[in-house]
Amino acid sequence: MRLGDPRAAVIGRRLAGVKRIVAVGGGKGGVGKSVVSSTLALALARQGRGTGLLDLDLTGASDHVVLGIDPVWPEEDFGVRPPRVHGIHFLSITCFGGARPLPLRGPAVSDAILELLCITRWGDLDVLVVDMPPGLGDVALDAVRLLPTAEHLAVVTPSAVARDTVGRYLAMLERLGARVLGVLENQRRSGDGKAEALAREHAVPLAGSLPYDETLERACGSAERLAETPFFEAISRLADSLR
Amino acid sequence: MTGRYPPTGERAGGAAVAGSRMPAQGGAGGEIGAVHEFALAEAVWATAIDEVRRRGRERMVALDVRVGQLQRIDREVFELALQETGSRAVGSLAEVAIRVAVEPARFRCRACDRRFGLAEAGAPGDGDDAEAIHFVPELAHALLACPGCGSPDFEILEGRGVHIAEIETR
Repeated sequence: MRLGDPRAAVIGRRLAGVKRIVAVGGGKGGVGKSVVSSTLALALARQGRGTGLLDLDLTGASDHVVLGIDPVWPEEDFGVRPPRVHGIHFLSITCFGGARPLPLRGPAVSDAILELLCITRWGDLDVLVVDMPPGLGDVALDAVRLLPTAEHLAVVTPSAVARDTVGRYLAMLERLGARVLGVLENQRRSGDGKAEALAREHAVPLAGSLPYDETLERACGSAERLAETPFFEAISRLADSLR
Repeated sequence: MTGRYPPTGERAGGAAVAGSRMPAQGGAGGEIGAVHEFALAEAVWATAIDEVRRRGRERMVALDVRVGQLQRIDREVFELALQETGSRAVGSLAEVAIRVAVEPARFRCRACDRRFGLAEAGAPGDGDDAEAIHFVPELAHALLACPGCGSPDFEILEGRGVHIAEIETR
């Protein structure tokens, strides 16, 4: 951000009507962050809560795929207002650029995030769910810096590889002084207690456990089918806890 | 279609679906639609006011803003957006000289090191692709390419978007 870059100055105003920001991350790719983010937003919206969903995975946006949302232009209104789809105020880079590949290096990613946060008028929301990309790089750092009130949810699977990365992600958030909502165990099969141990190790709560759901893949792309899955039922309990 | 800043209520009159048009030129009386440039103009004032305070000065006498050619923000539309948002942010604008200039876009290809401008990059003149870059200039990496080697891996050297070049205070 250049010295004369004005965009960060109004991000707080753009989010002034948002009661809670939940950043769904964890650092590791393939653990289900986008499915968790999208389904959590859907569950919140179906509970009648004012819900936003911001897909910050600019180079690998996929929330629109999970929810079956075709690209919809935002409304231009002294900024932009996210389109409301399935009861969710939804914003993704795909709203502007469609499904084209978007090869971006770190500084360009930060620039695009600043632009989106500067111009997007979210209005009054109970919860804004932010889907984070994998990695401990630019977006993770930008989310902590530009969204200081965000509560971070670290998604982990039973994989030892995922657990290792998520542990480092939690340590990074601790060093940055970010708020951590907890560890969210995804694709739970037997319950080996390792997600609980990870949460204990970092002195954060276990925010929830989501079952491995073999019906989930077939449900992706349809909000109606997603809402009928055991996964949705489990994530609705997490949504309940965000009151 | 016109709008006044700041918007009142959740849905200000003059709202438009992004992508349906480029911001309209200010018409008689200098009124413009509810364009997203207002959000950027508001950010300029917030930053400028912070800078005046940081310098320990009492007033701003000049504000010098650059709008990048890549983002295709109309200079006159942005001047009007600054006037509207500024009258709310700093009260009387009578003593603030507002200068807005367009900064030409320049790129450097990381693959072949060629330097090039917007026209050489094959920038869309209008339509949805131009609108996409207008809202998020980084979409240039999806829509433009190096004229030498065709790579989308280029650096935007200058002329990206809105920034403050100078603030004069007293």
